[in-house]
Amino acid sequence: MTTEVLLISSILKIVFVLVVTVGAFAPVLIWAERRQSAMIQDRLGPSRAAIVLPPSAVAFIEKARLPMWRGFALTGIVAIVALVAVTWVAVRGTNPLPIPTATLTKALIGFGAASILLRVGYGVHGMIVRNHGKIMVLGLLHPLADALKFIFKEDFVPPKSDKFLFAAGPIIALIPAIAAFAVIPFASTLHLDYWNQVLPRTGEVSGTAIPLQVASLDVGILFIFAVASTGIIGAAISGYASDNKFSLLGGIRAASQMVSYEVVLGLTLVPAFMVYRSLRLEDMAMWQHEHSWGILNPLLAFGFIMFFTAAIAETKRVPFDLPEGESELVGGYLTEYSGMKFGMFFMGEFVEVVALAAIAAILFFGAWDVPFLHRDGFDFRLPFMASGIVVQLAHSVVIAIQVLFFLLKIVVFIWFQLMIRWSLPRFRYDQLMKLCWKGLLPLSLLNILLMGVFILSGVLDKYVGLLDRL
Amino acid sequence: MPATVKVIKKPRRTIAEQAYVPEVAKGIGFAMGRFFKNTFGPTAKKEIDTVKYPEEKRDYPERFRGIHRLTQRTDGSPRCVACLCCSTACPAQCIYIEAAEYEPDDPRYGYERYPAVFMIDELRCIFCGYCVEACPCDAIRMDTGMHMPPSTSREHFLYDKETLLSIPGKDGTYLTANPRHEPGDPSHPGIDREQGH
Repeated sequence: MTTEVLLISSILKIVFVLVVTVGAFAPVLIWAERRQSAMIQDRLGPSRAAIVLPPSAVAFIEKARLPMWRGFALTGIVAIVALVAVTWVAVRGTNPLPIPTATLTKALIGFGAASILLRVGYGVHGMIVRNHGKIMVLGLLHPLADALKFIFKEDFVPPKSDKFLFAAGPIIALIPAIAAFAVIPFASTLHLDYWNQVLPRTGEVSGTAIPLQVASLDVGILFIFAVASTGIIGAAISGYASDNKFSLLGGIRAASQMVSYEVVLGLTLVPAFMVYRSLRLEDMAMWQHEHSWGILNPLLAFGFIMFFTAAIAETKRVPFDLPEGESELVGGYLTEYSGMKFGMFFMGEFVEVVALAAIAAILFFGAWDVPFLHRDGFDFRLPFMASGIVVQLAHSVVIAIQVLFFLLKIVVFIWFQLMIRWSLPRFRYDQLMKLCWKGLLPLSLLNILLMGVFILSGVLDKYVGLLDRL
Repeated sequence: MPATVKVIKKPRRTIAEQAYVPEVAKGIGFAMGRFFKNTFGPTAKKEIDTVKYPEEKRDYPERFRGIHRLTQRTDGSPRCVACLCCSTACPAQCIYIEAAEYEPDDPRYGYERYPAVFMIDELRCIFCGYCVEACPCDAIRMDTGMHMPPSTSREHFLYDKETLLSIPGKDGTYLTANPRHEPGDPSHPGIDREQGH
């Protein structure tokens, strides 16, 4: 691999990760969390933020109504005629028309797309006019309004606080959350030289191979743990630096809670490492791609439930949000923060949610693995079925499907986390610690022991073999 | 005699409840049901209570005291006879009336007066409804079903006679259900200020 390819691909991968996490998931989460809670509680939630057009612009748009409709109808008719012609030519096999088939196909695609676009534009136009010039995209503009508010709010710093640590806290909380994405693979290896060819299903492929993950580290998941535990410092420091008793208590609570659950978090995943025989996340994904998803293994499913519990406690969200329990500590270590510094804590929390969803998807739900999708395309054949459908797909299409499916898995897990957040009441602090040290810790140790027994007795190999045959 | 103590038993919990996880699943399931019903369910089954205010408005209750209106006679003139009962009853002193006599050739001349100026300061009004109760002629009413429209200037809240006359009631009428007996009508008792006493 040449240096340029390495450099450009690395930059592109970093940009992709940042765009997906900070640019897309975190802002949408700010909206989705509120919207989802509202839906559970029979409210509408954030839906009012709007860009208001001046009346003259509305009048102008109003004029475009009829031309738009006519354009849609005309292009639609042309597209339908082209579609009929193309189908006719395809059925007949020859083309007696004066227009060549390639032109017809181009006309079909071009006019069809134009027609659809005009129809969408007509719908959007109707929505704007009905709202008297207010553009409200389901309330998705609320994150934008929030960001504006964060930026222009007074950045209050308590007079007796430790200025440097006070400013450093949010950064230390945000950066590790984003850094965890460095080792997360979002698709299988990209073979750049064969990007629009169908690859063989198995075997080595020569040429430039780009792993679709920012950094391929041997420690893999341990890197995530190491980086995530840095977040503890952020919370503790900001609690200490705020010069506020509530903040200090919140910071201490956050530190002790996160340190306690750090232990459990690692131990619950040990059975998974034992099955996959690797710490590298891409190897885990590959193992699940070749065999079966980890969740199908009963011991790993048990481990998944414990991992998810511990991970929610690690992200300090409801029902384990004691560090900021507003009924006891006002806002915990967030009490004195305002403006963009608070926004960074907020952002960090949501990026952690995304990271947790990604880790859960990779370790237990096959990462980028799509059922029936292999390196050469879809294969719906099952061993007990005589025939099935086989769809050959180009390498780039396969990679795109894998990335999309991985993002879909992340969305599902985020949704599930939000569901938990809005369903369960907060724990008491002693209950939290009891759950960690007397509940999850012995259970995860037991889980490791059982997994060891299964591996040594060969039961696991037989089980995996059984699943492989399916 | 020793005091009798009522022993309240601790609520029994089953093992399934103690294990927490099934109860958690039940709770999340319930929340999910509501989420799906309100997000993706058919419109008829949604139970969202939010009113998107400026676009959709909920009607005020029947007896809501809204902004005032001056009711009209069938000829469009105010029913008000400028007796000053309302401004006297008003605890906020927000009503200002200047009474005037009708022209001598008007059949109502000498029988009743009319308000040359009728001004209500809606910002000062406390919407107690005493003026409506005090009015002997059913001339002032608060059945418009509207709250004060917001504005940027205090002057906009001084409602003069023409403004008050131009506000319809909730049913869209400028009159009232009570019939009025004008001087000269057969139903009129035929008394006026000079002749009656």
